[in-house]
Amino acid sequence: MPHRTFWMFLAPSAIAMLLFIALPIISVVVQSLYIENEKVLVKTETCGPFGCEEQVKVDEVASAKLLEERPLGRFNGFGTYTNRSHLAIDELKSAWANRDSLGDFGREMMNLPFYKALAFTLTYTFATTPIVLLLGFLLALAVNTLHRWLKGVVIFATLLPFIVTPLIGSLVLFWMIDADGIIGSTLQWIYDDPSLSLKASPTLTWITLIIYGIWHTTPFAFIVFYAGLQTVPGETIESAMIDGATRFQRTIYVTIPYLAPLVLFVMLIHLMDSFRVFEPIVGFSAEANATSLSWVIYNDLSQETKLFGSAAATSVLTIIGICIILTPVVYRTWKDFRS
Amino acid sequence: MSGMPSDIANKRSTPLLILTSIFIIAWLIVAAFPFFWTLWGSFKIQGDFFSKNDWTDAVTGVGTAARYGEAFTGVAYEGAWFQEGFWRAAINSLIVTVAVTVISLTFGTLGGYALARSTYKYAFVVLIVALVFRAMPHITLVSGYLLPFFKLNIWGYLPTAIIVLVAINQPFTLWMLRSFFLNVPRELDESAIVDGCTRVQAFRYVIMPVMWPGVITTGLFSFLLAYNDFAVTATILSQHNQTMVPKIASFLGTTQTEGNVMFAVASVVSATAPLFVLVMIFQRNIVSGLTAGAVKG
Repeated sequence: MPHRTFWMFLAPSAIAMLLFIALPIISVVVQSLYIENEKVLVKTETCGPFGCEEQVKVDEVASAKLLEERPLGRFNGFGTYTNRSHLAIDELKSAWANRDSLGDFGREMMNLPFYKALAFTLTYTFATTPIVLLLGFLLALAVNTLHRWLKGVVIFATLLPFIVTPLIGSLVLFWMIDADGIIGSTLQWIYDDPSLSLKASPTLTWITLIIYGIWHTTPFAFIVFYAGLQTVPGETIESAMIDGATRFQRTIYVTIPYLAPLVLFVMLIHLMDSFRVFEPIVGFSAEANATSLSWVIYNDLSQETKLFGSAAATSVLTIIGICIILTPVVYRTWKDFRS
Repeated sequence: MSGMPSDIANKRSTPLLILTSIFIIAWLIVAAFPFFWTLWGSFKIQGDFFSKNDWTDAVTGVGTAARYGEAFTGVAYEGAWFQEGFWRAAINSLIVTVAVTVISLTFGTLGGYALARSTYKYAFVVLIVALVFRAMPHITLVSGYLLPFFKLNIWGYLPTAIIVLVAINQPFTLWMLRSFFLNVPRELDESAIVDGCTRVQAFRYVIMPVMWPGVITTGLFSFLLAYNDFAVTATILSQHNQTMVPKIASFLGTTQTEGNVMFAVASVVSATAPLFVLVMIFQRNIVSGLTAGAVKG
């Protein structure tokens, strides 16, 4: 295809992506270097019969005028990145200097909002990935042995947790694990502890969110592996049987190597999607015990005075994280393409 | 399918059969039961669905029967749809999803076709860049939009949300449609061009007619992205223009009053119903779409 035709066909798509993906990324980088304007303060003195009183008030008109002049706020360099809400360099330094033990330092670190969010985001990403892959694979193997019309029903039910709106899916589960909901009250009964609540402790909240993540993503892994299983050549399996391979050996040595590229594909998509985990934290009202990078940004943006600089700095750090995670995959794809 | 292992290969021992059955039944319960439970509970009062005494209240609906004379009540739906204006959110969702799907597909088929037919290296670079864009968390993009959108006075309107969702959708749409276009033999458009068609005519009259299954499948995923979005719609739509998902989230802030959480339950069920129908009708397309990128490479 000639160059001109190629770019003509691609133009609408490319322009949309440049304007609403590339440009915002640049805008985020610029915003992260600025911080909200300071309020213009005025001192007024009110004098009464019992003496004078000095008051400091925000001059709304002058503040609005300042915002008009400098919509981005004032330049702050990397100040936002190093402050307590982000990388918290000073806090980390002093915590390291005053540490009693490594665990103590870790606890200090987990009190800092950015590291708290990062810790959950990474734990969520790396805890769900292997379980989703394994469960999806086992389900695919199991469903593959079913009768044809049973398969349809099972696939329908399986698609539900994946297709449903993440916020809705997490709410549906959240209401069930509520202390007054079916699972919550059953757990209280099993452990004979009427005060047991999955929402109360950080550990239980993390486990709940990870279980939600598995519930939501396993169907995706299942469908991909299930479709992959349909393409495993029957002859290879049969010749393995003739050679005396057991079912287990056939799965390990024939099926799994055949599905290996699919494992990479599922992992890539799942890594991208779980690194932006956000809706379940809103749905499960988990913010007291678990926050994610996306949630921190959302939280900055939903304040009454929107903290653009702070949200932008977290965004840039998140994007850097995404790039680190993606680098090996992109490198691999590039090499595959070259060869 | 021809590649299926033969029947002998599929014969299993009894213990394995039992294990498999238990596994599948357990999974079915885990996957589907929460939805049926919520559907059932949405016709109860809060005191039944979140029962302080016994969870069986949610099944039998004793409190609901005591208050309304019947074990089922549509009060939560009435409250959510009319009193709280969920109907408006439903209309907004309809506008946003339809517009996003149509525009995404228009842009995506053109771009996907170009990417599938070009042999130059920059086509691959575009794909890699799209892959990186696909990975961007939506909320990081939102934090880049807000300030300019306020300045340009386009914050809060449906068209803004639509074009943003279209753009966010493009990387995925391009990748998926490209893999469908790769399945259409190159000779088809080449022979059309030899016969005197222009590239655009070949695309329009020769390629598109055989592409409908791929377009429908990709359309489904565009629809789902727009329908399920929370990060973008919650932050760049004004309260009046809210779509269903942020509207549901707004019910949660007011759960202190008795009955309000049931508004959320009823609207959750209302918003899930179309997805159920969608999966039922298009199950085959969804399965083929999820695997298009993977199996065909």
